Amino acid sequence: MTSPLLEVRDLRTYFATERGEARAVDGISFQVQEGETVALVGESGCGKSVTALSILRLLPQPPGRLLAGSSVQLRGEELVCATESRLRDVRGGEISMIFQEPMTSLNPLLTIGQQVSEAIREHAAMSTAPGEREGVAIRRAAIEWLDRVGIPDPAHRYGHYPHQLSGGMRQRVMIAMALSTRPSLLIADEPTTALDVTVQAQILELLASLQRELETAVLLITHDLCVVAHVADRVLVMYAGQIVEEASVDALFRSPQHPYTEGLLQAIPDLDERRERLAEIPGNVPRATAWPPGCRFRPRCPYAWSRCRDAPDLGPTGPAEQASVRCWLVDEPERRSGSGFGWRKPASRGAVGEP
Amino acid sequence: MLSRARRERGRETWRRFRRHRQAILGLALILLLTGTALLAPALAPYDPDAQTDIVATRYQAPSVSHPMGTDRFGRDIFSRVLYGARISLSIGLLAILIAITLGTAIGAIAGFFGGPLDAVLMRGVDLLLSFPRLVLLVVLVALFEPSIVLVTLVLGLTGWMGVSRIVRGQVLTVREMEFVTAARVLGFGRARILARHVLPNVLTPVIVAATLGIGNTILAEAALSFLGLGVQPPTASWGNMVASGRDAMLDAWWITTFPGLAIVFTVMAFNLVGDGLRDALDPRRVA
Repeated sequence: MTSPLLEVRDLRTYFATERGEARAVDGISFQVQEGETVALVGESGCGKSVTALSILRLLPQPPGRLLAGSSVQLRGEELVCATESRLRDVRGGEISMIFQEPMTSLNPLLTIGQQVSEAIREHAAMSTAPGEREGVAIRRAAIEWLDRVGIPDPAHRYGHYPHQLSGGMRQRVMIAMALSTRPSLLIADEPTTALDVTVQAQILELLASLQRELETAVLLITHDLCVVAHVADRVLVMYAGQIVEEASVDALFRSPQHPYTEGLLQAIPDLDERRERLAEIPGNVPRATAWPPGCRFRPRCPYAWSRCRDAPDLGPTGPAEQASVRCWLVDEPERRSGSGFGWRKPASRGAVGEP
Repeated sequence: MLSRARRERGRETWRRFRRHRQAILGLALILLLTGTALLAPALAPYDPDAQTDIVATRYQAPSVSHPMGTDRFGRDIFSRVLYGARISLSIGLLAILIAITLGTAIGAIAGFFGGPLDAVLMRGVDLLLSFPRLVLLVVLVALFEPSIVLVTLVLGLTGWMGVSRIVRGQVLTVREMEFVTAARVLGFGRARILARHVLPNVLTPVIVAATLGIGNTILAEAALSFLGLGVQPPTASWGNMVASGRDAMLDAWWITTFPGLAIVFTVMAFNLVGDGLRDALDPRRVA
């Protein structure tokens, strides 16, 4: 097995809040191989974005802090103790990121061309033809990138401001900025959530084709399992600051192991099946200042039993399996019975957040 | 290409500004005042400081030859108001320029870097704001020989605190915006992010504050000159003209009235334009 591009080990990011310490990310470990697409899935508030910002060391400290023992390695280089100047090279240069809101993630006062150019200049990511001035080369590279992400008439659009572009176009510009520096890893934080469904598909298509071409690895953060099924190779399911299941896309959709994953999958609308209402996972993600003791999913889990008072570890789902899950059901599969999250049996809502 | 989009935005702002009638009136007044100040040597019928045959020419009521009358030295008030406009306007503009620069720099640093630096700077601002401005001005001016340069400097140095608070507040908002995070993700340095991505996005309220501040600065200059601590006679400033007519107010009302009116109209004009700009530049107003 080749050494991974990104290896996160026991990452813990806590925040000081008025309610006490919020354990937003609480000991997660995963790897991303070169060129691979890994999806990080979970509900709002389960720590997905904090994970991304922790990798780039972009969390405000205080109130955030990375706990000792956390490790983020990029091709074996430890980023947790890297200097600020090294981190600035890594950001953009090695790891880029795009965001959910294409409306607000571009500076409203600079033209899109200027913004792409700025990224290219910062990381000197252009080739200069002999006798060509640097500024000209950067501009040419920026226009090429706008063209590459599918902006029509890029030389003309270079001078347009973000407010003159549609949401999908802005997200394309963001992608141009993020990839123009030729990073080896792109973190995409809910890149299509704010877009129309048709535009979503186009953006995912664009990301996938650029990724193949540039051999960039992608860490896709999303709550949308349809998107995951579309593009990801591997899936990490996150719940309450921890990874609860890790599997290949096929395995995950074929046989979800963790009850939480099962619930997420059942909450996807299915066109073939008429149902009165969609299945849902009862309750909300508990507060990060007070995770339930034992298994953190226990208050919402339809299968929970006495053993769940002890926290399970993330372990392999079977002796020959690549997948792993954080659930006692692995040992006692016969307990997976009843209707699970089916709509016929509404689960009680009262138990959330209580031990 | 680039300039066209910028022009479009400018046009939009101008369109909204134009609908503001009072602001247009204010702008017209300011242009008129600036024009007359610039052309004062050509427009003034008399030398503003000339004193000839004082006994015969002093305290003349407004007439055709002296539209605003004469003061107790027989100087033509109209000419002095014109020349006074040069002094008052340039002190106002320069002082506000100093105040804006200082206020923006300090507010931006405090807001962007935050932490203890922010706390120290803002407590400093609180401290300075807790002195009445006039007291501060009088103390500062009294320490040195009064002069136009000194008055300008002192007005600038006592006028930046409000601006710094505005800028700090705006920077606190803008620095949390996603495009700033995006800039950090791309590895840009903090100085670059502040100068290129944060500051340009906070300038709108600064422009408004500056316009409104000019009026206040002109008033403060007038107050200082009235107290004899500002522009020194015989150089005409509206403030010291009002002061010089103080003793004869009942017998020769025109000596104080015309420079006083000049102050009122100028301050009002700048305030009207400031209000208009605030409305026209407000991004929340969709029109």
